[in-house]
Amino acid sequence: MSTILHNPPLLAVKDLGVEFATRRGPVTAVRSVTLQIAKGETLGIVGESGSGKSVTSYAVMRILDRAGRIVAGSINFGGMALHGADEDTMSDLRGREISMIFQNPRAALNPIRPIGRQIEDVLIRHAQATHDQARANAIAALERVRIHDAARRYHAYPFELSGGMCQRVVIAIALACRPQLLIADEPTTGLDVTTQKAVMELVRDLTRSEGMSTLLITHDLGLAGEYCDRIVVMEQGRVVEQQDTAALFTAPAHAYTRRLIRSTPHAARTVRDLLPEDLRLPQPPAVPPRAAIAEPLLEVRDLVKAFDMPGGLLRRFTTRGNSGERTFRAVDGISFSIACGESVGLVGESGCGKSTTSAMIMRLLDATSGSIRFKGQELTALPAGEFARSPLRRDLQMVFQDPHESLNPRATAAQSIADPLRRLNGMTRTGEIRSRVEQLATEVGLPCDLLDRLPHQLSGGQKARVGIARAIATRPELLVLDEPTAALDVSVQAVVLNLLADLKAKFGMSYLFVSHDLEVVRLLCERVIVMRAGRIVEAGPTAQILAAPSAHYTRELLAAIPRPAHLPHHADEAKVARA
Amino acid sequence: MADLTYSPQLAAGAAPRSALARGYAHFRYVMTANPVTFLAFLLLAGMIVVALFGPLLAPHDPLATLADQALKPPSAAHWFGTDHLGRDVFSRVIVATRLDLLISVSAVAMSFVCGATLGAFAGYWGGWFDKLSGRLLDTIMAFPLFVLAMGIVAAAGNTIQNIVIATAIINLPFYARVARAEVSIRRNAGYVQAARLSGNSEIRILLMQILPNTLPPMMVQLSLNMGWAILNAAGLSFIGLGVRPPTAEWGIMVAEGANYIVSGEWWLALFPGAALMLAVFTFNLLGDGLRDLVDPQRRT
Repeated sequence: MSTILHNPPLLAVKDLGVEFATRRGPVTAVRSVTLQIAKGETLGIVGESGSGKSVTSYAVMRILDRAGRIVAGSINFGGMALHGADEDTMSDLRGREISMIFQNPRAALNPIRPIGRQIEDVLIRHAQATHDQARANAIAALERVRIHDAARRYHAYPFELSGGMCQRVVIAIALACRPQLLIADEPTTGLDVTTQKAVMELVRDLTRSEGMSTLLITHDLGLAGEYCDRIVVMEQGRVVEQQDTAALFTAPAHAYTRRLIRSTPHAARTVRDLLPEDLRLPQPPAVPPRAAIAEPLLEVRDLVKAFDMPGGLLRRFTTRGNSGERTFRAVDGISFSIACGESVGLVGESGCGKSTTSAMIMRLLDATSGSIRFKGQELTALPAGEFARSPLRRDLQMVFQDPHESLNPRATAAQSIADPLRRLNGMTRTGEIRSRVEQLATEVGLPCDLLDRLPHQLSGGQKARVGIARAIATRPELLVLDEPTAALDVSVQAVVLNLLADLKAKFGMSYLFVSHDLEVVRLLCERVIVMRAGRIVEAGPTAQILAAPSAHYTRELLAAIPRPAHLPHHADEAKVARA
Repeated sequence: MADLTYSPQLAAGAAPRSALARGYAHFRYVMTANPVTFLAFLLLAGMIVVALFGPLLAPHDPLATLADQALKPPSAAHWFGTDHLGRDVFSRVIVATRLDLLISVSAVAMSFVCGATLGAFAGYWGGWFDKLSGRLLDTIMAFPLFVLAMGIVAAAGNTIQNIVIATAIINLPFYARVARAEVSIRRNAGYVQAARLSGNSEIRILLMQILPNTLPPMMVQLSLNMGWAILNAAGLSFIGLGVRPPTAEWGIMVAEGANYIVSGEWWLALFPGAALMLAVFTFNLLGDGLRDLVDPQRRT
């Protein structure tokens, strides 16, 4: 390999412009984007949704959908002009010279074809293997992505593998022909932090050992900071800043980059630190200490939820008389309590039972055994189906994970917010309801002229506000927040987290904050509970757990959070302050 | 407290418009975006006008027989010619529109309401009701459907009411299945859980939250079924089960005209057949447009 300095870049995108034809005329998604990737370099494109980062990569791969087209600029890859290349040339290049890994690995794999065969397909398509050797090569490719027992996994179907394993298979397919450039479009979004770490390290090791270039597209500045040599920051279809990673974090030139760095929770000490500097808000007032109440607001004891394992008649016969094998305990005997006005974080990776726990507390799901006492009353006495009529329904409300999915697509924002007012507070007069809805909208910072819009006409942040307004409409005493910011951009997350902190201080609600993100929980919760496989691993005050975790699993979780060396971290600042 | 003025996502909204104006704008968009949809709605409007004012539009009395005018080919006086009793085919085709539409619309409405209710309950609660209704519908589907309709009309009596009921019964499984599938995928959607938290009862959730959201796919089914119901009613009349002569009905007219095709009097069967085809064609084209109209996501 040549070691001449200043050799031409592997990929050079110059003044790229992409337009989409829509119902209301052409929309420019990407305008005059210029970037270069050198051989062996890892470049990150960071931006929030709608910034055009994915569209840029689709343009490079020439896989824009029919409505989109390249209207300006040039794309050069190793001396070839991709912007004008025909489909035959592109399909030869895709997979052999440029590969791509996608956000949802399960959707990227063919569900009815064994994974080994899918690797073979790529190898044979690009004449990297004959039919005789394809199988051995596919198994070697699986071994390279560190899949154990690759010869046996060769026959596995995608649904038999976990999300992290599927992403490894996608990487194996992408790297099977040893391409020169790997484009990774949000490769770890939706994966757990520990899995994210494993996948990213795998990508880094493989591309380094092969001398490949990587284009990492992500919304997570921390992830880009840890794995990229250079970072391009995009906003609304433009490149606003392009810097070496260290320089970007130590001396960000553009205001948007500074805002993005601030919004990333790693460095923040309080929720207010997430907001831009020019917006100075008073710290949320400390919750006035309440008279010590002997009984906590919510007390969960030995809560169990067991699901029946799917299985046919045969399975039922073979495991007859051994009920333990036929059920799966999603929640396996957990106990905790929440005091009045307290925020408790419930943290764990996917499948740990945190959402099942919150659904049982919300009475959306019946518990198998155990007790949930709320304000001294036993909630499990009434089946979940009849809880709608209980007077306690008003005091237990929830903010859902996906702000879009949790709003009825046919109901306007005002109708969604008014629903609990009608059903639970017994309000019937239209005028009264409307004024209350407007008051709630003002409380969550939603402009009142948006109240008559349908969910798909609102942005992600606005939908999150509608969901929060609906949840606090009845002034509940306990609010369960099920990953309320997981689907939001970091700058919107910053605003929503601040809103939640303010609402809690104002109304004295208690929060049960369910999340996979310890950094977010740290900013909002006084106590944290770490769950794994249906059991509580560790519980205690947030500061103590983050500073000195006693369980091995908690340490693993903390270590997996991507933390670029250049980004100041709150723990370091604390050390400096002590010194 | 909620003075979080930092809100990059909150751009000023468009000027508020009344619901009616928004509905009209959406209707206009659906019509202009797809010329085929526009054509289908135009044809439908024409058919409705003909059905409502048929007797006024017809140039002759559809039942008046003129022996000296029998079996005349199309001419200026009789656009579609005359039949073996000297009745004006054009007038009969026009007047028959009302009866044919009435049969198919009421049959489809019946099967839509019953099928959607049955399917929605089965999809929402599942369990033994789902299993029972599912097997019942499978039983209906196991018959050749037209033969089943023939059997019902033959057994219950040769009236328009029974044609409607027979057509409704054979169409029922399609609606029930679509409704069941659409409801069961939405049973635990986020907004349904939210509605439970808002204190809605289960039946209310089903009726107010889930069913309206299943409308777009149901509309496609509805429109395809309309064409099919017209064919079915005409088919029953064609084989002599159904509307009785001398009532003007497309199916009977085709049946009566079929005897004269060999002797060269092609206009007797062709024109009612063409009307039948046009009606079916219209309803088949209508599906996508109807779905777009009732789908809120299509609105801007």
